[in-house]
Order: sequence, then structure tokens, then C-alpha cells
Amino acid sequence: MATIESFAGTVTDIGPMYPFVGTEMIMVVVVAAFWIIWHILQLRGESQEFKEDTERLRSQEALRKVLEREG
Amino acid sequence: MDKDISALTVLFTEFYYWVTVVIMFLIHVGFCMYEVGASRRKNHMHTLMKNTMVIPTVGITFYLFGWWIYSAFPNGPGFTGGLTAAPYALPWNELMGTHMGGTPVSDTLTAADTALWARLNGVFFAAFLLFSWTTASIVSGDCIERIRSGAFWLLAVLIGSVLWIIDASWGWHPAGWMVAKLGYHDAYASGVVHAIAGGFTLGVLLVLGPRLGKFRPDGSARNINPHNPWLVTIGLFLIYTGFWGFYAACNIPMFDVQAGDGVFFSATNIYLAPTTLSAITLNFLTSLFGGMLAMYVVAKGDAFWTYSGGLAGIIAASAGNDLYHPLQAFLIGAIVPVISYKLHYFMERRFKLDSAVGAVAVHGYTGFLGVVVAGFMLWGYPSSPTEGFAPITPWGNFVGAVIMFGVLGLVPGYLAAKALDAFGLLRIPREIELAGLDVSFEIQREVEAAEVTRSVHDAASDLIAERR
Repeated sequence: MATIESFAGTVTDIGPMYPFVGTEMIMVVVVAAFWIIWHILQLRGESQEFKEDTERLRSQEALRKVLEREG
Repeated sequence: MDKDISALTVLFTEFYYWVTVVIMFLIHVGFCMYEVGASRRKNHMHTLMKNTMVIPTVGITFYLFGWWIYSAFPNGPGFTGGLTAAPYALPWNELMGTHMGGTPVSDTLTAADTALWARLNGVFFAAFLLFSWTTASIVSGDCIERIRSGAFWLLAVLIGSVLWIIDASWGWHPAGWMVAKLGYHDAYASGVVHAIAGGFTLGVLLVLGPRLGKFRPDGSARNINPHNPWLVTIGLFLIYTGFWGFYAACNIPMFDVQAGDGVFFSATNIYLAPTTLSAITLNFLTSLFGGMLAMYVVAKGDAFWTYSGGLAGIIAASAGNDLYHPLQAFLIGAIVPVISYKLHYFMERRFKLDSAVGAVAVHGYTGFLGVVVAGFMLWGYPSSPTEGFAPITPWGNFVGAVIMFGVLGLVPGYLAAKALDAFGLLRIPREIELAGLDVSFEIQREVEAAEVTRSVHDAASDLIAERR
């Protein structure tokens, strides 16, 4: 159900305007979990990327090529 | 909101902070350009994203707990009392959402709470958040080319959404315990933003170590020059521009400062003591002039240090720029950055500290010294309009500077970096550092470019075959 159904009347009576008033705590828990999971996924992905890059750079030839590019 | 002057004051204040946030956003744009310009080509994309992602990582955590810390921690808790009730700043409170200021739903709020905070909560939150990003960006620049982005973002949340906002609650709040007991005065955040961020950076760098190749076998330092000095220049100019918004956001623009009978509206500093925007404009400019002039000579016309000297000039005078004479601000802005510049090279030589963009000096040492200087210059002034608060003293501000730089900056930065290092999360592998953080990105681009070239060749071959 919409929190606001009409702007007619006294504006000063209007408090919170967002939908689903009363679900704030649930939203906070969901967003906090999203934030923590984001860091976990990011760190895992970064470790995997470094692992693959390190493997790729293991050969002298590959490392030499990359360093040449810096030239 | 009724129709009297208080309604206009709230509306004006809401608009004022909204504008400061827009201007302050340029600080982050400037930091991103500056860092990318200062890094080598092989690290561009990672350097850019490392600082860019401060916006959401610090942003969402500042919503979840940072803003509440500022409002709840002015007593310590434990120094002058317990936690301060701040229901409006809790992330699940209705005033952290769209609200017209009318009748509250929550029974922890009064009609007065909603009338005021419905319009000011979001803009105050955002102004403080922009300071949070700045503290994290200060750390970011010095760690370039060898810190893991994932580690940096955790450190960014720590400095941006926890540590700096604790120090702001203690020493940059009208009821902060450091203001009440120490007479701590730091109107434009020499200590509460810059010294803490510089101290934290120093703590991280001590664990992180220098970039490969920074020091010669005999221990002397090599210059790793910025690949794009023009990008660095534009970045620093944008930081100057954003710094105006930063200064503006340190004031309450319209407040009744007349104690007792009568009404007198004025701008105030963060402690609600009267000042004028005109005065701080003069002091902002003259301290910038002093820093640039002095550093140009000392650094022999080096562009990077001249620009950084301007920033450091402002940072040096910021603690007392609500009260200094413009020429005092000029002299402080000229002298302190030179000391910081000397300290930068001393630390590089003596401790092999690779402060890649000089952030420890420009923000840390300068911020620390700026707070200390304000203690002497403003000795005996009231630290706050609140009766019974300690006056400003050299020892009060010195202790405050130690808390900012050391207790809340250096020590937690060192410990957090140690913890990340223990899990192997702090520094990138040596091979990646040599090849560059963008190695996969560059290889992918080459593969994609080769594929496009092949497809163009195939299309051309088909066309030639058709014409035959």
C-alpha cells in the first residue's frame, strides 16, 4: 500500500514518504549483508586474478615481453 | 515547517549544504586524476578504480554506521558521559529516508526532531561523507602501484567510516569531549581530516613498504616520475576547487549567535562560534598564496611540490582560519609546508618511506603542525561558545594533535595493515608489480584488437574476392 495517497490537505502532517514504512530494519540487514558479501567476492576474485596473472608471468619470455612494453 | 524565520533558516541551510556537497565532489574527481597521472601506464585502470570505488564502499558504510558515530560519540563514550542519543542518524530511522518533517511514526522521535532533521539529515550526512572520501583518498595516493585494491577498500572503510568520524565527534562537534576538556580547536580540520589521514597513511606504509625499484642498492631514492604531469596538474587544481566546498561545509551558514536576549544571525564555525564567510575566504586564499610562494622557492620551481605546497598552506592554517588575520594565515601557510617538505625527504632517506604522492607530509605532518600552531596562536581564546568549556591552549591542541595523528591515525593504520598482511591480503605479488596491475587488462585488449584486425582483414579479402 502506498504511504502517500494524496498531497491534498495539510503538508505538515506528512512524515515518511517512502514505500513500505516499517521495513527499515529488514532493509538495513539486507544492505549490510550485501556490503560484507561484496568484499568477500571482491577479494576472492582479486586473488584468482592474481593467481592467473602470476601463472602467466611465470615464463621468462612472458615477463620479458611485458617489461619491454614498459620501455 | 511554519512560516517564520526559523523555517527560512532551515531551508537556506539545507540548500547551502547541498551546494557544498556538489563542489566537494570535485575533490574526488581531482584525487582520481591526480593518482592516475602519478602512476605508471601499466597500473592506470587499477589505480583509477582503487580510488573510484571509495565512493560506494565508504558511502554505504557511512550510511550504515558512520553518520551515527558522529552524532553518538561526542562524550567518548566514557570521557564525559555515555553514548548520546541520536535516533535520527540510525540507518533504520525514518529520518534517514524521504520525509516531509511532519508527524513521526517512530516513538523515539519528537515533532521538533522531524521538523529539523527531515531537511538537514541528508545534506549533513553527505557533507560529512565527502570528508570521509577525502580521508580515504589521502591514503589511496601514497599506496599506489603495490597495494591490493581489496585491502585498500577495507582500510578505506576503517578510516572513512570509523576512525575519522570518531575524531570528528570528539574534536569537531559542538559537544565533543576534546573541545570541552582540552579546549581543542580545529575549525577547518587540520587535524580531524588531514592529520589523521596522514598518520593512518604512515602506519599503512610502514607495513606495505616501498614500490619495487624505488630505492637504489645504496639506499638512496629514485624518482618515479608521474607519467602525465598535466593530469596531475588538473587533478590538483580540481582539489583546490573542491577545497572551497570543503571550507564552506565546515560552517553553519545562518545561526542565531546572540546569547541571551535578542537575535543576531551569523555564520558560525563547526563549534557554533561566530565567524564570517568573508573572513574564512580571505584566510583560505592567503594561506594558499603562502604555501605556493614558499614551496616554489624551496622546491626550485617543481610543479608537483608547488601545487602541493598550496594545499599544505591551506591545511597548515585551517585549524585557526576562523580567527587568524589573513597575513597570519599567509605566514603559517608559508612556513609549515616547508617543514613538512623537509620531513618528507628526511623520512624517505632515513626510513625508506615511499610516500608516493607526499600525502604523509602534505596532510599528516602539516595537519599535525597546523593544530599545534593554532594552540599557540589562539592561546586563551574560548574553544566554544558553550560556557564551562576549556579555553584554547598549546598543550590542549598538542594533545589533540597527538590523538588525531597518532592514536586514531598511525596506530590503527599500522595494526590494520599488519592484520591484512598476516592474511597475505595487503600487497600484490612481485610478478604483478613488475608487469603492472593492468597486465590482464592489457593482454585482453591486445587479444580483442587482434581479433578486430583479423576480422577487418577477412572482410577485405572477401571484398577483393567478390570484385574478381
